[in-house]
Amino acid sequence: MATPHEPAAGADMTGYIQHHLHHWQLQVGDSAFMTLNLDTLIFTLLCCATFLGLFVLFARRATAGVPGKLQSIVEAVVLFVDGLVKETFHGKSKVIAPMSLTLFGLIFFMNFLDLLPIDFLPWLWSGAHSLAGHDPAHAYLRIVPTADLNTPLGMALAVFFMVQYVGLSEKGVVKFFAEFFTAPFHAHGALGKVLLSPANLLLRLIEEAVRPVSLSLRLFGNMYAGELIFILIAVMTLGAGIAHASTWFLGFGQFVADFGWTAFHILIITLQAFIFMVLSIVYLSMAAESH
Amino acid sequence: MNPNLTLVVQGLAFFAVVWLVMKFGWPHIIGAIEERQNRIAEGLSQADKARKELADADARVAEEIKKARVEATSIVDKAQQQAAQIIDKARQDAIVEATKQKAIAAADIEAQAHKAREELRGKVAALAVAGAEKILRREIDANAHKSLLDQLVTEI
Repeated sequence: MATPHEPAAGADMTGYIQHHLHHWQLQVGDSAFMTLNLDTLIFTLLCCATFLGLFVLFARRATAGVPGKLQSIVEAVVLFVDGLVKETFHGKSKVIAPMSLTLFGLIFFMNFLDLLPIDFLPWLWSGAHSLAGHDPAHAYLRIVPTADLNTPLGMALAVFFMVQYVGLSEKGVVKFFAEFFTAPFHAHGALGKVLLSPANLLLRLIEEAVRPVSLSLRLFGNMYAGELIFILIAVMTLGAGIAHASTWFLGFGQFVADFGWTAFHILIITLQAFIFMVLSIVYLSMAAESH
Repeated sequence: MNPNLTLVVQGLAFFAVVWLVMKFGWPHIIGAIEERQNRIAEGLSQADKARKELADADARVAEEIKKARVEATSIVDKAQQQAAQIIDKARQDAIVEATKQKAIAAADIEAQAHKAREELRGKVAALAVAGAEKILRREIDANAHKSLLDQLVTEI
């Protein structure tokens, strides 16, 4: 349950929320861009390790005999993704199915961190900070990598590059670039083609630019909002004392709200991972097909 | 909140994970699944084959039983026929033998009877002659009454 334990944040509600939304950062360059969100990177690494442990290390022991329970789950996920990719993507590329599996699995594990009690790890972190003799007020930790815009955007850009690569490799350089000017509006005759090419190019550029943005913002928005609502639920008993009657009333309300939102969030984290994967598959298959 | 260098790292990390999964994870899982599918398909087809073979064997056994039954029936029939023939022949042989024996016995009896009759006849004649002699010793000359005596002998 989300009970506020951070003494560093104080009883100040705004301070508490801002503290929660602050990344543990490392400045590596002069500009604002040259910053690394260490918490995002560390928890991404953990999620990658979990995912790879399940789908690579464990998969190497997969037998063709009677599968165990864990192997059945892994195989069910793999078959589900494989079926989805085979249904939608008709190109030659062998990377699409593993990539879709990675998108789904990795995003699911990252999203899953949102279900951990919102204050638990930051509380441990600030405790560790005080033990090390640092100011716990500067112990920032945001554990959900997908609630950091960098992660969805990085993945969406990776998908964007894969879309271009698949388009180039499936169609060839000439056809790939020719379609910038000939689709989606098809014209007959040379004059029509010349007249329509600027509109085609403009639409294509907008389309390509919008895809990573919509892909990343959809996931980021959902996870960020989810995290924020967990924070707001946690605020219900912020700085509460046992002597106050309102604490008991709000504490019960907090329990119900937190339980309800966590249950609902199980659906959201799965759905968002699924949507990210399916849209990526759709973009990739559109890139592989001629227009 | 603002995008920073993290997104580059995240993108590269994503590609690394994809590469690892594609290289070391995916083929193993799909390979295991496909191998199992092949094994199951093989097992099913073998079961089908075995079932068909069993049905064939059953049919063959039924055929064999039918054939054996027919053969047994024919053997029994033949044996019965043979037995009847043997009995028939034995009866006929017996009849022939009996007839033969009867004929021999009849001939024998006939011969004995004839012999006895001849004997008897001779004896009766002698007796008659002796009787007559005794009676006629005094009155009848045997020579004188010879023709009469002969006639008597033939008549007896």
